[in-house]
Amino acid sequence: MKKSAQAGLFSSLSPLVGEDRGGESAFVAAHTITIASVPLVVDPSGALYWPEQGLLAVSDLHLEKGSSFAVRGQLLPPYDTAATLSRLTQLIARYAPRVVVALGDSFHDGGGPARLADSDRQQLTAMQRGRDWIWITGNHDPDPADGIGGVFQHALEIGVLTFRHLPTGAPGEIAGHLHPVARISQRGRSIRRRCFAADAKRMVMPAFGAFTGGLNVRDAAFADLFGTLVFTAHMLGDSRLYAFPAKRCLAD
Amino acid sequence: MKPATASGRPEPAALLPERFRQWFAGRGWTPRAHQLDLLEKARSRRSVLLIAPTGGGKTLAGFLPSLVELSFQSENRKRRQPQRTPSPLVGEGWGGGASLSGSPLPPSRIDSRSDLPHKGGGKESRGLHTLYISPLKALAVDIARNLEIPVREMGLDIRLETRTGDTPTSKRQRQRRDPPDILLTTPEQLALLLASADAPFMFANLQRVVLDELHSLVTSKRGDLLSLGLARLFALAPQMTTVGLSATVAEPDELCRFLVPQPLDGKRYADRVVAQPGAAPDVTMLDTSERLPWAGHSARHALGEIYDLIKRHKTTLIFVNTRSQAEFTFQALWGINDDNLAIALHHGSLDVAQRRKVEDAMSAGRLRAVVCTSSLDLGVDWGDVDLVVNIGAPKGSSRLLQRIGRANHRLDEPSRAVLVPANRFEVLECRAAIDAVADNAQDTPPLRTGALDVLAQHILGRAVGEPFLADDLYAEVRAAAPYAGLARTDFDDALEFVATGGYALKAYERFAKIRQTKDGKWRISHPNVAQRYRMNIGTIVEADMLKVRLVRARRSTAAIPRGGRVLGQVEEYFIEGLTPGDTFVFAGEILRYEALVENEVYVSRSSADDPKVPAYEGGKFPLSTYLAARVRGLLADPKAWRALPVQVRDWLKIQQWRSLLPKAGDLLVETFPRANKHYLVCYPFEGRLAHQTLGMLLTRRLERAGLKPLGFVANEYALAVWGLSDLGAAIAGGTLSLRALFDQDMLGDDLEAWLDESALMKRTFRSCAIIAGLIERRFPGAEKSRRQLTISTDLVYDVLRKHQPDHLLLRAARADAATGLLDIKRLGDMLSRIEGRIVHQSLDHVSPLAVPVMLEIGRETVYGEAADSLLAEAADDLVKEAMT
Repeated sequence: MKKSAQAGLFSSLSPLVGEDRGGESAFVAAHTITIASVPLVVDPSGALYWPEQGLLAVSDLHLEKGSSFAVRGQLLPPYDTAATLSRLTQLIARYAPRVVVALGDSFHDGGGPARLADSDRQQLTAMQRGRDWIWITGNHDPDPADGIGGVFQHALEIGVLTFRHLPTGAPGEIAGHLHPVARISQRGRSIRRRCFAADAKRMVMPAFGAFTGGLNVRDAAFADLFGTLVFTAHMLGDSRLYAFPAKRCLAD
Repeated sequence: MKPATASGRPEPAALLPERFRQWFAGRGWTPRAHQLDLLEKARSRRSVLLIAPTGGGKTLAGFLPSLVELSFQSENRKRRQPQRTPSPLVGEGWGGGASLSGSPLPPSRIDSRSDLPHKGGGKESRGLHTLYISPLKALAVDIARNLEIPVREMGLDIRLETRTGDTPTSKRQRQRRDPPDILLTTPEQLALLLASADAPFMFANLQRVVLDELHSLVTSKRGDLLSLGLARLFALAPQMTTVGLSATVAEPDELCRFLVPQPLDGKRYADRVVAQPGAAPDVTMLDTSERLPWAGHSARHALGEIYDLIKRHKTTLIFVNTRSQAEFTFQALWGINDDNLAIALHHGSLDVAQRRKVEDAMSAGRLRAVVCTSSLDLGVDWGDVDLVVNIGAPKGSSRLLQRIGRANHRLDEPSRAVLVPANRFEVLECRAAIDAVADNAQDTPPLRTGALDVLAQHILGRAVGEPFLADDLYAEVRAAAPYAGLARTDFDDALEFVATGGYALKAYERFAKIRQTKDGKWRISHPNVAQRYRMNIGTIVEADMLKVRLVRARRSTAAIPRGGRVLGQVEEYFIEGLTPGDTFVFAGEILRYEALVENEVYVSRSSADDPKVPAYEGGKFPLSTYLAARVRGLLADPKAWRALPVQVRDWLKIQQWRSLLPKAGDLLVETFPRANKHYLVCYPFEGRLAHQTLGMLLTRRLERAGLKPLGFVANEYALAVWGLSDLGAAIAGGTLSLRALFDQDMLGDDLEAWLDESALMKRTFRSCAIIAGLIERRFPGAEKSRRQLTISTDLVYDVLRKHQPDHLLLRAARADAATGLLDIKRLGDMLSRIEGRIVHQSLDHVSPLAVPVMLEIGRETVYGEAADSLLAEAADDLVKEAMT
């Protein structure tokens, strides 16, 4: 229908640029970050994939954040859980991981799992079928919960890498919690995006949840963690990542 | 409806009590015809719209009926109780009306320590008689001060008080228990008063509501909120009447509708009284002997001539359109101020204390000139201004007339104004405006359709006040003129939104803010809903503002010194574009951006001659449709060019020769190559906002056609798009049809697709979400918790758009986009106007008419929403840096 409306305009021009961009995954160039000599694929959606292990990690889903606000009287849309889970479903379809690691703060509060809508719970169960699912505990969800499947762990060690929620700065650490974002100014316009913050030894993953904000990588918390400003912000673009030295990024 | 004539009116003696006539005589005044007309209307209990020029005694006219009525009341009371005994609530030192003269009104007749309930026996409570609503807090305070003079001089037993955001809580509480006779306040405060269980008591005896500067109030969401408040007042006090005070407007009938409750079918109007207009203003255009610039808004060329004008007049008001222009002009005038004239600066971003200082100096006659923005369009009267200078485009006829009215408040003498165009196009606009002023043509915008987000806020406020039935409230709301056409489904959606968020997914029943009880009435589910409503009331959603603090310059590595003077506030998004070390003009100085510390921008004085960052936006008005049509008419009529300066005439003649000048209804599209790029320039004259939206949509279409557009720039008159493909050849070869390119269907899918990502749309959504109460900005308790309690509205927008595209807030945001930052409605009107009337000129090089907009390239931000391409560019820059 869209095409017929435009037919008169560019009749002799085909194919129409921009209309045939379907199946975007086909064009995504893999962006790799090497942590402690382990090459990891980072996805523009904010997920991390470890091919060798068939491991997909996502951090800070903050499921049921909308309803968590509603409990306190701010009636934010109740669609964030569905939005986050459907993005995760797409990722799982693409990478077909053997194991999924949710890197903590998977639910915005302890009551979150109980508030899950039936349809969302079913979608979660469907994703877990045929693979291992590890809930790393976070500060928002420190305790194991019923009815959401998977196993609960404070941390996960595989080889030289350690997956845990709160970053400690230890070598080989993949952490979340901080919700890194980076800001770049180009031609007078400011662009602020979620990012992976990483040096050669450790990484902080971006928050994956639909309602999650961010902390600027120029915040002191990151300098404390990496020791200096010598780390890289891998900003999430529409279909690829853009790497900038932290020094090049702007504070908020 | 004809204004009442003198012949049909009783004699002044019958309308004005002796005391009032003596007071008028004592000042050497005679009551004006419209003042007596309003007394007459009050006597026959009619609501009325008074249209009068500034300086016509408009405010006094609005209050006279109330003063007269209140004076009768107290006379009667005195007659009944010759020895007035203080009531139990009366504090010490109140000795009856007569002893008042010569002393300021006692602030309070009641001992504020007393906690006696208002319904306590023995007190003869008159209740609130008259409510005065002003768009500006400062105006309410000023009017109160002015009104105290006649009250005092006539020795009237009338208590008048103001109520603004600055009024202390104790006084506010007391005002509800024991209302004054006359209360002067703002639309927000009225909403707060209505959202209280005391409202039926407080307003039971209300006789009159006076609405000042009504023409300005009704054009925004504040007007919507006010209209709903009025509808509530009419329900609480059916006996009350309204008086609207207004400057001349294009559609006075619309304002008359605003003033009275609308019937469910048809329309009802208040009476109209039109005061005698003052002498016709004397408006000229500065005939500069300097070379007229092609572009820009600084009017740098004319500063010497403006300075001479200041020298030749007593007090000059210099209006400019943006804050950055105000800053520039102020600086530049001081640069040539050899006589050390007292020239001041006034705009909305300056610190309030600083603004008050300027206003006070102005009132005291200590200033020779004030450079100001629309911050002084309204407000306090200054008698001594004898010249208004308007730099840049006047934008609209009514706006210009308002500004001119700020000079010379003596009706019998003409106001003097000089227009200073800053570039060639503005010469055309100034010429058109002068003609429009001579015709007294008005181009104020039409009355708004009430916004749904404001309705939602009002619904919650009503529930906070007292429980209501949905049917009753729907009927009450439709009495407000902007909501007269409100569909029941929209009302129900708004109600549903307030209750549970209005989501298709019924997830929040148990978290409802308001609930229906067995009697069918809606009431708040928890007292803290009321508290949070009160903290978040209002419809003015400012961009996030940051305080600008002056500190000493930082030495390379040292820590930034803290704690300097606050200069004012700037928008957060302006600062976002800066990097430390950038310089910009603010508060009359060139400042260096040092750092952002928490919510404050630290700046230091800079020794730079020119600021690196040219401008920040703020206070840009679009060219009115009416004036735009006049400019197009002027352009198309070479005979009318005689009234233009020679330089401008020559410019148009060369354009005629090189390219062509379009007929009044046509759209001229020029294409030409320049420096390896191909340009398409069109001249819709629909204002920057509509042009930006058009530019966005055209580039989308060109991109889809494979014509590789690179960017565009818009000004008030024209739009230039450029790219790598030869657009002229594509048109000539038939591969690109201009008719199809400018087809109205761009407002369909293309617009929708663009709106999805548009930053402007997100900003629009944010205001709606805040006004409707989805996002609360203020919380009970510490400000520190703010970060945890707020959520980015952009994220909410994205999620909502995908999962419930017809949600009430998205509908509200789209309605705003039609007229607000995106001006889609105007663009739509333009596209239908030019259908079949596009004239294409393929040129070898840039045309004279295109020069101004071409010069904006590089000066203005190049718009484009493709943030990703900028990221890619920034990343490439890094690579280049690394490789060289």
